[in-house]
This record gives sequence, C-alpha cells and structure tokens, in this order.
Amino acid sequence: MRGLQFDIAHLLAGMLVLVSLIQLYQDRLQSLINVFALHAIVLSLSVAWQAHIQGAPHLFVTALIALVFKGMVIPVVLHRVIRRLGIHREIETVGGIGLTMLAGVAMVGLSMVVMLKVTPGADPIAREDLAFALSVVLIGLLMMVTRRNAVSQVVGFMSLENGLILAAAGARGMPLVVEISVAFSILIAFIVIGIFLFRIRERFDTVDVGALDRFRGDRQ
Amino acid sequence: MTSYADIALAAVLAIPLATAALLVVFPGYRLTARLNVLAALATFVAAASLFVFRPEAGTYLVVDDLNVVFIGLTTFVGFTTSVFSASYIAHELETGRLTPVYLRFYHAMYQLLMFSMNLALIANNIGLMWVAIELATLTTVLMVGIYRTHEALEAAWKYFILGSVGIALALFGTILIYLAAQPVVGEGLDAMTWTLLIKRAGDFDAALLNIAFVFLLLGYGTKVGLAPLHAWLPDAHAEGPTPISAVLSGLLLNVALYALLRFKVLLAVNVEAVTPGLLMMILGLLSLLFAAFMLYRRRDIKRFFAYSSIEHMGIIVFAFGIGGPIANFAGLLHMTMHSLTKSAIFFAVGHIAQVKGTQRMADIRGLSVSHPALAIAFALCVVAIAGLPPFGVFASEFLLVTTTFAREPWLALLLGFGLLVAFGALLWRLQGLLFGEPEGPSGKTEASLVPIYMHLAIVLMAGIWIPTPVATWFDQVAKLLG
Repeated sequence: MRGLQFDIAHLLAGMLVLVSLIQLYQDRLQSLINVFALHAIVLSLSVAWQAHIQGAPHLFVTALIALVFKGMVIPVVLHRVIRRLGIHREIETVGGIGLTMLAGVAMVGLSMVVMLKVTPGADPIAREDLAFALSVVLIGLLMMVTRRNAVSQVVGFMSLENGLILAAAGARGMPLVVEISVAFSILIAFIVIGIFLFRIRERFDTVDVGALDRFRGDRQ
Repeated sequence: MTSYADIALAAVLAIPLATAALLVVFPGYRLTARLNVLAALATFVAAASLFVFRPEAGTYLVVDDLNVVFIGLTTFVGFTTSVFSASYIAHELETGRLTPVYLRFYHAMYQLLMFSMNLALIANNIGLMWVAIELATLTTVLMVGIYRTHEALEAAWKYFILGSVGIALALFGTILIYLAAQPVVGEGLDAMTWTLLIKRAGDFDAALLNIAFVFLLLGYGTKVGLAPLHAWLPDAHAEGPTPISAVLSGLLLNVALYALLRFKVLLAVNVEAVTPGLLMMILGLLSLLFAAFMLYRRRDIKRFFAYSSIEHMGIIVFAFGIGGPIANFAGLLHMTMHSLTKSAIFFAVGHIAQVKGTQRMADIRGLSVSHPALAIAFALCVVAIAGLPPFGVFASEFLLVTTTFAREPWLALLLGFGLLVAFGALLWRLQGLLFGEPEGPSGKTEASLVPIYMHLAIVLMAGIWIPTPVATWFDQVAKLLG
C-alpha cells in the first residue's frame, strides 16, 4: 500500500512538472491560460492525494481552493481580460523555444540534484515532492524572465506559487496558517495585478511590459 | 507587570490596524493627517514601553533583545515620517497630484504598512513573519503606484514582480526550515515557532539548513536590495510619494534584513551548517561597490539617494557577514544610523523637490541662496550619511573598517575603496545642489524641519557618546548574532 501511495504522489507531482514545461512553449495567450488551468487542476489533485495519505483534512481545503479559484475562476477572468484588451490572438515572441525548453529541462535537473542530495534523511514522499516543487518554482521563474507580456508574467508567477503550495503540502503537518495565507496572498496578489492591468490598459493601451521599458528614469 | 506588557504588545499591532480602518472612513485630509500622526505617536509610545515591560514569549508573538530595537526604531521613524507626511501631502493636494480619495487611501495604507512591519518584527512564527512581510510588500506596491503616472506604474509593476519573486523564494526557504525542524521539534506549529527552533537548532539537518538559507538570502535579500537583485529599489523610491521613499529606505529594508538575521542566528547555532557569513560578505561588498559607482551616473535626486541606500545596506550586510562581536556591533549601529539619517534625507529631499518642482539634480542649484534653512538641514544630513565625523555613521563605519583590517585586510581595502567612491559622489552632488546661481521655479516652503533635526540629533549623539545602557545592550545583541 505504501508503494502505491508513493507512486501516485510521485505521478501527480511529476505531471505538474510536465505541465509546467508545456507552459513554457505556449506562444498564444489563450492556450497559455488553458494550460495554466490544467496546471492548477493537477496541483489540486496532487494536494488532495497528499491530504488523503497524510490524513490531513485541512489540505483538502487547499486542494479545493486550487481547483475552484485557480483552475476555474482565474482562467475565466484572464480570458475575459485578454479579449477585452484585444490581445487574445496575439503571438508572443518567446525568443527561441528550443533554448527555453533546454533551460527548463536544466532547471529540473538542477533541482533534482540539489534537493535529492541534501535530503537523504527526510521522508521519501516529502523529499521527492520537494524536488518536483523546486522544479516547478524554477520553471515559473524562467517563464517570468522570458516573457514580456504582463499577462504571461502573471501566469508565470501563479505557476510559481503552485510549486510553493506543492512544497507546503508535501511537508507533513505544516501548520494551516501557512496554507491559508498562501491561498489568501494569491487572492490579494491577483487583485493587485488586476488593478494594475486595468490601469496599464487604461493608460497605455498595451500590456506589453516591453512598451513600459521605454521609460528609464535616468535616460530621459 | 505582565499584563502591562501584553497590553503594550497588543497595542503595537492593534493601533495601526484600527487606525487604518478608521482612515478609510474619515473624509478630509487635515483630520486624517492628524489622526495618522496621533496613531503613529501612540504606537511609538506603546513600543517604547516594551523596553521596560517585556511580555512572555507566546506561540505567535515574541519580544526579545534582538527585535525590541527594531520595533523601537520602526515606530519612531514611522512617527516622524507621519509628521513629515502631513506637511508634504498638503502640498501634493494643492498641486493636484493627489485627489482626496487617493489621499484617504494613502493614509490607510500607511497605517497598514506600519501594522505589517510591526507584525513581521514581533512574530514568533516564521510563517507569520513571512505573511507580514508579504503584506508590507503589497501595501508599498500600491503606494508606489499611487500617482498613476506612466513612470509610477512601471516602477510599481517592477517592484511587484521582483518583490513577489523574492518573497516566493523566501517562502520556499521557510518551508525547508520547517522540514529541517520537523523531525527534531515535531510536527505542527511548534516547528515554526522561533523560540523553539533556536533551542533545538543544533540537531537540525545541516544540509537542509544550508540550502534553506540560500533561498532565504536570495528571497529576503531581494527585499533588502542587495546588488544583483536590487533593480526594483531605485524606481520604487523615485516614483512613489517621498514619505514612502523614507519609510522604504529607513524601515522596510531593515525589516527584511531582520528576517535574514533571524535565520543567520539559526545557522550559527548549528555547528555543522555552513557559515552564512561568506555569502553575506560577497553580496554585501558587491552591493557597496556597485552602488558606489552607480551614484555618479544618477540624475534624479531620489534615485541618487536610493542607490545610496543600496550602498549602505551592502555595508550592513557585509558587517553582519563578517560577524564577531565588534563587526556585529558596527552593523547594528550602522543600521540604526542609516535608518535615521536616510529618512531625514528623504524628508529634506521631499521638500526640495516640492519647492523646485523637479527631481532632476541638474535643475536644482543654489539652494543655499534660495532656501537657506532647508539647505542647511539637507547639507547636514548628507554630510552625516557620507560618513564624516562627528556623526554616528562615521563611528560605525570606522569600527567596521578597523575590525575588517584586523581580520581580512584585503577585504578592508575593497570596503574602504567603496566607501571613498561613494563619499566622493555624495559631496560632489551636494556641492552642485547647494551652490551656484538659483534658477528655475522656487516655491515657498512650509517645510517642517523638526523631524529632520530630531533624527540628526540622535545621529549626532551616537557619534559622540553612546549611553552605557544602550552600548551594553548592543553588545549583548552582537554576541547573540554570533
């Protein structure tokens, strides 16, 4: 039984990394948002499984939040936002998909090497979970760096936070305080971003962060 | 006795929070600005009483030797900044840069920021501390973008993205600390409670602690504004309202640094863990040298002093990195002095930018002729931050350089070089601003110089004579930091 529990946890966390990698090469905003929804759903499954095997019912709440809020509400809102901004058909120049993918794979490798090496004594489930979680975090970072569009940066940030939740869920008995706060902070973060997107749209008619870069305080 | 202490502790959190709620409701800027000042003063009084009555450590909150000075400093600068803000913001309203609705929002956010910083400082739970720092970041993001100009929005966006990435890395580090603690301390809340962690840290898995510290250093280091991660800092300082620049430089950077110090102590207890000092020394020196050279290329006065903040944060992190009682003492002293001096500078800069109607240094000249009182206060502040005697910054820099010379002569050369480069930039710019023919618009100033001189007086006193109880207390904390 132990073996099966472990395998399923492993499978779900691995899938999350896979979906993260899929996100990396999406060059259309609409499909990017769809893949993000999938990311959130896989996360909620993974957290729910952790809740089940750890016998920690409060984690089901976290899973539910991931499923409803990040898997459904946010993608729908984002779709509406990009349609209203008229950028839903736009193709982003991600700048060398092959190179980005290679970097993504390197991130996964790096986190495996780092995490598995330093945690030989830890609980195996937590340990592998952590390695996967770090990969998701790093790929999220990579996405934020390579994208220039504000919406895709936000998606990158949210998938980064998904990685954090995976790590928190894997840590056995981590207090509820943190889970709620993480979920809550995402909510706040999203509101903030929403306001910003609204304002950016209002002011400049673009959400391309590259356009904002025209201004550099000291080069005027 | 304990009950007084508990009330004081609760007040430090409850006053800002309740005031924030009140400020959202109240109209009229005179009333809200006064309420803001009053609340900040009350918070400071409550915080000061913590020096006398110390509450017992609870599950969530703790007051100990390390954080009590941070709390005192934060609430004090919070109070003086609110006084400055009251005179500054009236002008912004007149020129129409802010509307009354935004002003209400601004005051509420100010108190919320105070609340979150105080909470971060007295949290006994590393998760709670993280939440509080995140809240502080979000409130400052909103305030940086409050003018809603092109530049302000870009600055806020950049700050938000970089700050979030930093804060995310810090959370990962926090989770790793929990994982390291969990086999020793046990599951649940206990493994995140600071006072319990520090007692048992010797038995934690060293490898896990090491990797956790790397994440925490990168994460909270972003908030401190260390060199490769500093990109948000100058923009956020330059584009937001000046009181927020003062609070950012004087307080929020400190709060992030405090979080870093907490974890450094944790690693110091564990003998097998890597000494965190080396990483901190590298990042600190890098920030110092980088910022010192960048100072010469700044044209915007607030950006200029923002780079000076990066430089000083570099010095402080270097001091804590090299460690030992004397360097730690110098670090603590320098941190306090920098907070006081830099916020005083921003008070002066705020008034200067208002009377001149610009932040470009090329358009500001001859202040000593057009606004002598303001110019003198400003000059004193810049002389203090440049590290000239008899001010306190000189004392801490001198201590640091001498102890570094004794232990790592090569690093001391780099340190001294960085300090001199920055010194040159500061005096060169100061001369340009003060002297020459005044030109351009020159408004009347209703500057309140009281907060500036309050800060300068403390900085001057620390440079000449540090009272014995304060010195012994600094000594104790310096030993605690290892």
